[in-house]
Amino acid sequence: MGLFDKFKQGLQKSRSALASRLTNLFGGRKLDESIFEEMEEAFISSDMGVETAMELVESIRTRARKRRIEQADQLPDVMIEAMVEMLNIEGGEMNLQPDGPTLVLVVGVNGAGKTTSIGKLAQYYKSQGKKVLLAAGDTFRAAAIEQLVAWGDRVGVDVVRHSQGADPAAVVFDAIQAGRSRNVDIILCDTAGRLQNKTHLMAELAKIHKVAAREMPGAPHEVLLVLDGTTGQNGMNQAKVFKEVVDVTGIVITKLDGTAKGGIVFPIVHEQQIPVKWVGLGESVDDLQPFDATAFAEAICRP
Amino acid sequence: MLESLSNSLQSALSRLRGKGRLSEADVQAAMREVRLALLAADVNVKVVRDFVDRVRERAVGQDVQKSLTPGQQVVKIVYEELTELMGGEQARIQMAAKPPTVVMLVGLQGAGKTTAIAKLGLAFRQHQHRPLLVAADVYRPAAIDQLHVLGKQVDIPVFDMGTDANPVDIVRQGMLEAERQGADVVLVDTAGRLHIDESLMDELDEMKRVIQPHEILLVVDAMTGQDAVHVAETFHQRLGVTGVILTKLDGDARGGAALTVRAVTGCPIKYVGLGEKIEPLEPFHPDRLASRILGMGDVLSLIERAQERIDLDKAKEMEARMRSSSFTLNDFQEMFRQVRNLGPLDQVMKMIPGMNKIKGIENVDLNDKRFIRMDAIISSMTKAEREDPSIMNASRRRRIANGSGTTVRDVNQLLNQFEQTREMMKKMTGMGKRLNRKGAMGALKAMGGLGGLPGLKDLPQIPGGEGAFSGGSEGVGGKSRHHRSKKKRK
Repeated sequence: MGLFDKFKQGLQKSRSALASRLTNLFGGRKLDESIFEEMEEAFISSDMGVETAMELVESIRTRARKRRIEQADQLPDVMIEAMVEMLNIEGGEMNLQPDGPTLVLVVGVNGAGKTTSIGKLAQYYKSQGKKVLLAAGDTFRAAAIEQLVAWGDRVGVDVVRHSQGADPAAVVFDAIQAGRSRNVDIILCDTAGRLQNKTHLMAELAKIHKVAAREMPGAPHEVLLVLDGTTGQNGMNQAKVFKEVVDVTGIVITKLDGTAKGGIVFPIVHEQQIPVKWVGLGESVDDLQPFDATAFAEAICRP
Repeated sequence: MLESLSNSLQSALSRLRGKGRLSEADVQAAMREVRLALLAADVNVKVVRDFVDRVRERAVGQDVQKSLTPGQQVVKIVYEELTELMGGEQARIQMAAKPPTVVMLVGLQGAGKTTAIAKLGLAFRQHQHRPLLVAADVYRPAAIDQLHVLGKQVDIPVFDMGTDANPVDIVRQGMLEAERQGADVVLVDTAGRLHIDESLMDELDEMKRVIQPHEILLVVDAMTGQDAVHVAETFHQRLGVTGVILTKLDGDARGGAALTVRAVTGCPIKYVGLGEKIEPLEPFHPDRLASRILGMGDVLSLIERAQERIDLDKAKEMEARMRSSSFTLNDFQEMFRQVRNLGPLDQVMKMIPGMNKIKGIENVDLNDKRFIRMDAIISSMTKAEREDPSIMNASRRRRIANGSGTTVRDVNQLLNQFEQTREMMKKMTGMGKRLNRKGAMGALKAMGGLGGLPGLKDLPQIPGGEGAFSGGSEGVGGKSRHHRSKKKRK
């Protein structure tokens, strides 16, 4: 199964929800204002947010006018184009260091799927022949360390760990030392889930970032914000605050195999200029895939 | 929590408030803003449409137009409809006629089931029940460990059969175990699952058949967006959900999911989870939340908390000493220890009417750690120093700083705060007499001492409850008083 198919299959549910609405919308109708209104509502119910939905509809309207589209079923092509343009921004590739370890810091609110995403990322890079090391930086939540260790066992990579309640920055420090001496390619650092309005927890995160930067010039090379695909408009606050504190370089959007559409990535990419890098499409180990804007938009638009 | 929804709704309605006459255009414009505010808060598109229609219909009605303060009436309508949307009255857990009461928690991955179950256990224990937690999440790595750790923290027994057992067998055995232990409440943690995962939903169905739960609570993340509708609908259709636990409400999510879930399933929200500390889940009060959303504060919850957690005798004693102006550093320490018992400061502040009106309040760092440091400083003083801080000289200050692991500057800061608080106490004793009918109100008064906190002192004084918005007490406030008398203490 090709990458594209996998993507499509995983997004099937998201697709059927929005796409079936759009198909109903388009089926043999002439293009008129009511179609754009319904399109806007469909976008809003994909969590895109009112402003972005209006902007996207406007851009689709302009394109449709330019091409003199008159039938509604010609719209999907234009929609895909508009969506892809919004989603494709600079820096969508993972910034991997050719020599020496690449440090990836994984952050996010509680329950977004950080630990699981790390397990899947480890699997992805290991299958590409990279040597991976995990750092159990969630020293707060009960049994979070055990959860990461279980992933380490499953995938077959080492885990650097301290005990619960330890300083997460110290875990990252140790992981960097261990990563260097063991000649690791990629270090994936887990962190405790934190709501972005908890000032002291965000300060702790800033410290982890600082320690990493001090111990390894240029690190962390990637800061991935894990975002639950079912998240609503609060996702914007998450992206904004996490970006301010630890300079997020990419989004991992998870749980898109449900009925959630993940429309929240549109305003995040558009307004915060943070590219989406990974998509979580299911429960099995290899279900985390690199993000592909065209496939994402197509899966949403094509009936 | 929910302040952004509250802010945007308030600004939508503020223009109406003072108006003596309402034109249709006024109402139309306000309703458009209400619609946007609710959509931005993740309330479902359809629910928003219905809500706005209902409010508009009532707002242009005769009664409103004839009243002297039509603007105020519209605010009242919004408040009432919001309360209604969230379920009207507070909904309680159905207890079994013949114990044990069986409660099953279900929901998506990462909604917060395992944490919620520990907090729920704690809430039951608070009411003299003997809960047993059953760990039936065999899929997520270390989920059972997590429940064990949490169980140990709150000292509630946990039953598990490892990860190789079938969840249905686990709950069956769990019920027998509950009987053996004499537990009267069984709380079942289930694995997170997508609502469209048929085989896992079948498994839940089977578990339900075997243990016949009295409550099936759906755990919903307050940050959920528009998809909350599908999730709630599907779980409800498959399992017959009896109630909802809304988690992570301590974030800055606008919590539209709360409104949506109740509106589409008709299932009441029974509990809300606030914070990562394992504290009992809080019962959900729709009327109070509606009042909080409209910026009217939530003094009722604050008073209840104060009654539960503040030592009345100590508070009275302290109060007497404040009056006689023999307020010492010992009292100061006791005072903020009591305030800390009320819960995290940022939560407490939001319950006070008008707090959100103070400019710059969102920038104040309400870190509870500062209390810990202040506590350490006072604890490092000698008895004589605490009784009479005026004997403090440079060498004493240095010793205290060393003893408490702080700096001389911190010590000076604390002493200044103490002085300020003492001054304020003197001024307040006059007005305290009026406020102080209820003993617990002493706690609220002590909150006034927060003015002495660093960072807060540059802010203007907290406006009184009635100042939150003018005239609010006649219309809306009157309603909440009515609710209070209806549901006294349990």
